[in-house]
Amino acid sequence: MAKSNKPIVWGLFAAGGTVSAFVIPVMILITGLLVPLGVFGSEAMSYDRMTAFAGNWLVKVILFGVLTLTLWHAAHRLRVTAHDFGLRNDGPIAIAVYGLAGLFTAVALFALLSI
Amino acid sequence: MSRNPYMRVVPKTTWYLRNGRYLRYMAREVTCIFIGLYAIILTMGLVRLAQGPDAWNRYIAGMAEPVALVFHLVALGFACYHAMGWFNVTPKAMRIPKGDGFVPDKTIIGVHYGIWGGVSLVLLILMGVL
Repeated sequence: MAKSNKPIVWGLFAAGGTVSAFVIPVMILITGLLVPLGVFGSEAMSYDRMTAFAGNWLVKVILFGVLTLTLWHAAHRLRVTAHDFGLRNDGPIAIAVYGLAGLFTAVALFALLSI
Repeated sequence: MSRNPYMRVVPKTTWYLRNGRYLRYMAREVTCIFIGLYAIILTMGLVRLAQGPDAWNRYIAGMAEPVALVFHLVALGFACYHAMGWFNVTPKAMRIPKGDGFVPDKTIIGVHYGIWGGVSLVLLILMGVL
């Protein structure tokens, strides 16, 4: 049987789709709407509190997992969606979207390691 | 090969506007743009946090700008649409044998919605308490 990277690509896409379905809506609600609107108070995401939160190794692992899987999910779906929008040069598009996901995965890793 | 083969004309960039079913498909596909952008915004937040208090406070101030709030409101809608679409097809991926048949689709979907609601509620409560 011919070797294919499809199971890995699709497996990560499915994992990312599941993780993002469970946690991304509530994370957007909290970090993007409720905290900026002051619902949890002005100190809800203060520097001290957030460094303590993201300084915990378990939180680092969870944040990294959620971010990298979500980025991969978005990249893979964007690759397929580009085709639906009439962009038919899959090779460069795949490099661009997976490259972006890889770049921000690396950025997230370095940022988490230096908090 | 006939001399005058039928060539179906499909507009390459606007085909999904012709039909509600296509439009819902496309809406589901573009959820990835909002989810991806949010993941990048969150990643940049970690970068700012690592850079120190000043950078973090500027990031937090930026999150309260009207354009940021509007983006997150729209992104919340698309993220929920993604979640609902994702959970609604879980029975296609999970065939759990039970007795002579399978666990009903409604049960599998219901459990996913239950976990979704539970996880969201727990995170909101933790946020309020912490």
